[in-house]
Amino acid sequence: MTENPEIPVLEAKNLVKHFPVRRGWAIRGAYVHAVEDIDMALHSGKVTAVVGESGSGKSTLARLLAQRTSLTGGELLWNGGPAPKGGRAYSSEVQLVLQDPFASLNPVHGLRYILGRPLKIHGTADGKSTDEAIKALLERVALTPSEQFIEKMPHELSGGQRQRVAIARALAVRPKVLLADEPVSMLDVSIRLGVLNLLADLRDRERLAILYVTHDLASARYLADTITVMYAGRVVESGPAVTVADSPQHPYTQLLLSAVPDPDRDGAPRLTGAGSPPSLIHPPAGCRFHPRCPFAMAKCKVQTPPAITVGDAHTSACWLHESAQTTPAADTTGAA
Amino acid sequence: MNSPLELNDPVLEISGLSVDYGFGPDAVHAVADASLTLRSGEVLGLAGESGSGKSTLAYAVTRLLRDPGVITGGSAVFHGRDGAQDLFDLDAEEMRELRWSQISVVFQSAMNSLNPVFTIGVQLTDVLRAHRKDMGRAERKQRAAELLDMVGITADRLRSYPHELSGGMRQRVMIAMALALEPRVLIMDEPTTALDVVTQREILQELGELRERLGFAVLFITHDLSLLVELADSIAVMYAGRIVEHAPAEQLFRNPRHPYTEGLLGSFPALHGERRAMTGIPGSPPDLRSLPPGCPFHVRCGYAMDACSTDVPELLPIHWEPTEPRRAACLLHTDGFEAPESLKKTAEIGSTL
Repeated sequence: MTENPEIPVLEAKNLVKHFPVRRGWAIRGAYVHAVEDIDMALHSGKVTAVVGESGSGKSTLARLLAQRTSLTGGELLWNGGPAPKGGRAYSSEVQLVLQDPFASLNPVHGLRYILGRPLKIHGTADGKSTDEAIKALLERVALTPSEQFIEKMPHELSGGQRQRVAIARALAVRPKVLLADEPVSMLDVSIRLGVLNLLADLRDRERLAILYVTHDLASARYLADTITVMYAGRVVESGPAVTVADSPQHPYTQLLLSAVPDPDRDGAPRLTGAGSPPSLIHPPAGCRFHPRCPFAMAKCKVQTPPAITVGDAHTSACWLHESAQTTPAADTTGAA
Repeated sequence: MNSPLELNDPVLEISGLSVDYGFGPDAVHAVADASLTLRSGEVLGLAGESGSGKSTLAYAVTRLLRDPGVITGGSAVFHGRDGAQDLFDLDAEEMRELRWSQISVVFQSAMNSLNPVFTIGVQLTDVLRAHRKDMGRAERKQRAAELLDMVGITADRLRSYPHELSGGMRQRVMIAMALALEPRVLIMDEPTTALDVVTQREILQELGELRERLGFAVLFITHDLSLLVELADSIAVMYAGRIVEHAPAEQLFRNPRHPYTEGLLGSFPALHGERRAMTGIPGSPPDLRSLPPGCPFHVRCGYAMDACSTDVPELLPIHWEPTEPRRAACLLHTDGFEAPESLKKTAEIGSTL
C-alpha cells in the first residue's frame, strides 16, 4: 500500500457536535455545543495529543473520529478521500481505546475470547491459527509469556495489564489509526509510563497514527509530536508538542500551564486567570475564553478568533496575535 | 480557643499502626507497622499508589474503618485541647465528640458526600447544631456565611442545593464544613483528584492561606507525588502497607533514598527540558493477598540483593547520614551495605521553597 506522508490518514474538517438537551420527553430546542468547528489531521507515525479539562469536548472529539456518535456538521476524510460511513469498513481502520480498563473488558470472558473475537470478525488472523495470532498480539503489547496470559481472565490482571489487553484488542484488526481516550488516567502512577512507552513504540515501529486524549499536559509533552489544546469545545492552540508546552501562546494554555503541579517551579505559581469553564448550552459569544481571560478586549466578546499562525506549524486562536506576535505574558514559569 | 501550641509540637503521633482486613490466615495486612508524626501547622504529605494503605491509614486514625477492617496494633496519640490521649482508647461517644471538632476529614469523593436534598446552608449549620449547642439560630447562620466566605463562595449560595454548584465549589463547601469547628488536624484524602488542574490549584492556594491564618495541621493523602513536592513540608511514601520513606519534601524530591521513591519520581514526565525516554517502575503494583517475602518492593527493585528477599527492612535513619531528619526502609542504607550512587545524592536544596 502506498501512503503519501503529506496526506493525513484521517482528517477532520469543521467537525461540529451538538447534543440536544431533553427535559422529560420534550426536546427543548436547547443544545450542548460540545464540539465546534474543529479541524484535525492524524498522520501515520505521529502522536497527536488533545489536551483539555473535563467538559472541553476532547472525548466527544475522539468519539466523533471513531464514528461512535453522529456528526452534527463537518466531514471526515480518509487518505484524502471521503471516509467510509461507519460500519466494519471504518472500524477495521480506526480503533478506539477507552479510559477505564476495568469497565471495557467483559469480566466473564477470558483473554482468548476477548482477543479472538475481533480476529474472527475481521478475519485478520492471516492464515495463522487464532491462538497463534492472539499470542502474537499479546507479545506486541509486552504481555509475556503469552501462552500464560492467553488463559487468564480480566480479574487476574492489574490495571496496566488490562489496558494493554484493551490496546491489543484494538490492534487485532490491524488499524491505521488508534484513538486513545485518557488511556493512562485510571492507572497507577508507576505503570503509566509503561503504557505510554507502548504507544510510542507502536507509533515508531508500526507507523500507527495515534490520537492521545488527556488532561495531563506533562504526559502529552512526553509522548506526542503535536499538542492540540481544547477549551469549551474549540481548539485554542495547536503546535509541536515541546513548543506548545514550553512557550504557550494562547492565554488559556498559559493558565493551564501555570496550574499544573511542577516541582521545578521556583516559588508559588501565579495563576493567570481564574474561574471555571462556561456552560456549553449557552456558550459565551466570541472567544469562549473571554470571561476568564486577563487580556480580554472588546473584540473578543463579539468575534470568534480564527487560528492565527504564531510559529512553525504553531497556531493560536486569539485576537492578541492579530497585531503582536506574542501575548503579553508568554512567560508562565511563575518566576518573579 | 485553642490552648497555645508551639509550632512543631506534635499534634498527632501514629506509632506502629497495623490494620488488617479480615481475620486469621486470610487477613490482608493493609497497613503494617506505620509510624508518623504530624506536627502543628505542618502539611504532611502521604503518597502512594492504589492499595498502598494510605486511605486505610486515614480511616484507622479517625476510627472510621468499615468491617472487616480491624486495627491490630499501634497507637495514635492526639494532643488535643484536653491534653494527650490515644485515639484507640476512646469509646465511641468520646470519639464522636472529638471527631470534626478537633480532627476533621475531607474524603476522596467529598464532592458527592453532600446530601442532595438539603441546601448548603442546612448542611453547614447542621455541624454547628450538633457540636456547638450554645449557638443560636441566627448565630449559626452567620457562622455558616462566614465559613463560605472563607473558601471564596458568596453567602447567597447558602440557599443553593449541591447540584447547583460546580465540582470545585462543592469541594470548597466540604473544606468549609471540615473547618467549621476549627479543628487542630485536617485529614484530606485525595481532595482534588476529581477536579480540573486550574480548580485544583485555586483550592490548594486557598487551603494554604487558611492554614496560615488558622494554624491547623494537614495530613494530605494523594497519589500525585509531584503535587506534594510543592505543597507539603514533609512527605511519607507508602508501598504495600508500609511507610518506605519519610523526609522533608524537597529532600525527598531532590535526593530520594528509597528505590521506590526514586522510581516514583521517575514516573512523572517533566514539563521542561530535554525530552528523554523514561521507564517508570517495572512489574505490577503488589497484590496485598500474596506479598513477596522480605521487602515487598524487592521484586520490582533494580538494586535488590539476596538479603532483600528474606529481611523486612525497618524505617530507620540513613546509616551514613544519621543526623539528617529523614528515614528510609531499605537495607541499602543500613550498616554493612553500600548504597548505589543514585541513592546517595546530596544535591543542594534551594532556598526558594
